Parts: sequence; structure tokens; C-alpha cells
Amino acid sequence: MSDSTAIANGGQALSNSANTANSAHGEHPPYQRHHFASVEQQADTTNFAMWLFLLTEIMFFGGLFTSYLIMRNWYYQAFVDASHQLSIFWGTGNTVVLIASSFTMAMSVWSAEMKRRKSLLIYLCLTLVFGLTFLGIKGIEWHEKWEKHHIPGAHYSVQSFLNPQSDPEVYKEYQDKPLPPDAAQKTEEYFFLYFAMTGMHALHMVIGIGILVFMIFRAKAGAYTTGHVTFVENFGLYWHFVDIIWIYLFALLYLISRH
Amino acid sequence: MSEQHEQEHEHHIVSPVTYMIIFGALLVGTALTVLASYFDLGEWHIAPGLTLFWNPVVALAIATTKMMLVVLFFMHVKYSSKLTKLTVAAGFFMFLVLVGMTLADYFTRAWGRW
Repeated sequence: MSDSTAIANGGQALSNSANTANSAHGEHPPYQRHHFASVEQQADTTNFAMWLFLLTEIMFFGGLFTSYLIMRNWYYQAFVDASHQLSIFWGTGNTVVLIASSFTMAMSVWSAEMKRRKSLLIYLCLTLVFGLTFLGIKGIEWHEKWEKHHIPGAHYSVQSFLNPQSDPEVYKEYQDKPLPPDAAQKTEEYFFLYFAMTGMHALHMVIGIGILVFMIFRAKAGAYTTGHVTFVENFGLYWHFVDIIWIYLFALLYLISRH
Repeated sequence: MSEQHEQEHEHHIVSPVTYMIIFGALLVGTALTVLASYFDLGEWHIAPGLTLFWNPVVALAIATTKMMLVVLFFMHVKYSSKLTKLTVAAGFFMFLVLVGMTLADYFTRAWGRW
């Protein structure tokens, strides 16, 4: 039925235009794009594309991880002593927070699949809270580096490494020997990579949090619980990927030089 | 009925019980890796100038186990199509080739040392 007929029919226009919309989409739900043969094909395609994007992200972080491993191998003692500056307490806490946010994200996907709007909203909000908690803790850690002049640049100080006893909190735990001046300079490389890696990870978290807020508003209006869960599902993939990056950052930056 | 069955086959819904078990396993993995970092696990002298420290190996092994749990269950790869499985596996393999070859080169030469 054409639009002009619908208008001509006056009182019936509303129901007729609904029919028009129906016939335009034929026998498939409105969220299926017309260039896909079926909803399944559309879901498989977007899932596949999301994975391709995540693989480019893995390669991107892979460059940072590789630089870190090469530098750590070259300037081993500097990297070991510099990593003693990180707090195992905050690092472990943040790992637990991020794993919890991955769990609530997985539950968000489940809620959307089960078409439970209220539970979807609760789990998305929990994911948001855990994400913000992670960034807050990261902020505390970064602030400590700022206070100790451990941010690479003009104000970088090698004091903690030339004279470990000047840093009693860390010295108490590790009893590091003083580094020779040339090696102490290389601790700046460690902090450069530390900020590059945790900073790039935090940027991904900030982007994720932005999308989460958008999703919470959309979910409140009733989206994602109508059988069309692709957006929530693919965002879940992104969020879990960010979690995986942190699992490796935690192991490589915090743990391997501890003992 | 048959249509519903087909849909289930196409789109597998992972149950909250599975998610909770994986969540628990990830927490246990985190505790284990922190615990392991407190001990000096020793080293292996493979050849003169080439030493393997066990602490990073254990930390990376636990991290990789955690990563596998997240990828297979939270990211649904275990329940995904063969195309997705192949893409993910090929991507990780390519990643390992790039990192592995680069590190093998850097670690077996004396360049760049001060």
C-alpha cells in the first residue's frame, strides 16, 4: 500500500502506515539490515567484524608489551628496582575490581538475551561503577608517582634508586641496593613504559565508560531487550578485551620482579 | 518448536552459573599469581648468557590461563562459529609469531646494551 493511499484514507492513516512499514521489512524484524539474508547472518557478521577490530587492538598493545620486554631485558636491574615502586595492594585490588566488572558485563549480556530490562540496567550500572572504581584507584597510584617525581620528563628524580634508603616505605619491603648512576637513569624508561601502557589501557576504559553511559540511557528507554542484543554483546567483547590487557599488565608490571 | 530449537543452536545463551564459576576461577588465579610472586622460584641456565627465570614464566602462564577463561566463556568463543574460532586462533598465532621472532632476535644479540 502506497503512502498517498494512506493519506487519502484519513482516519485509517495510522494503521495503514504501520502496514506499510511492515511490508517494507517483509518477513523479518525491523533491526535486520536489508543486505543480510537473515538475523543469524547479521549477528555472525558483526561478531566477526568485532573480533577483527579486537585483533588489531591486540597487535597495538602487543607493540607496547614487546618494547617493555626488550627494555626489561636490556636494563634488567633498573626495571626490577623501578617496579618495586608499584603497590601490590592497589594492583591486586584493581585486578579484582576489573574481573568483577567483566563478570557483571557478562551478566548484562545474559540479561539482554533473557529480555530482562531491570536486571540489564542493574548489571550495566554495576559495570559502570566498577569501571569508575578502577580509574579512581589508578588515579591514586598515578598521583603517588607524581609526588615522588617518578613521571618521566624534566622533573624526573632518580633519588629513590641512587639512595634507596631515602624511600623508607619501599626500602623496608625490598632492601634494594643503590643503583649506579647510569643504571638509575634507566628507571625513567620503566616509568615511561608504565605510563604509556597503563595510560593507553585507561584511555580504553574511559571510552568504554562513555559507551556504557550511552547504553544505560538506551536500555532505560527499552533498547536491547527486544531480541536484538548485538550492541550489548559486542560491547561486552570490547570490555572483556580491556580486562585481558590488564591481566597481562598486572603480571608484567607489578608481579614478575617482586620476589 | 523446531524453529526455537534452531534459534538455540544459532545463539547459545551462557548461563549465569557458568559465569559465576569462571568469575570464581579468575579470582583464584589472581590470588595464586600474587602468592607466587612472593617466592623466588629460581632460574634455569640454558646456555652461557641465556637464563630463564621461573617467576615471569609462572606469572605469564597464570595470566594466559585467565585470558583463555575470559576468551572462551565471557567472550563466548567456545560457543561461537568455526569462523570466529579460526579467526581468533589465527590472530593469536600471528601475534605470537611477531612477538616471539622479535624477542628471539633481541635476546640473542648483545646490541643496545650500555
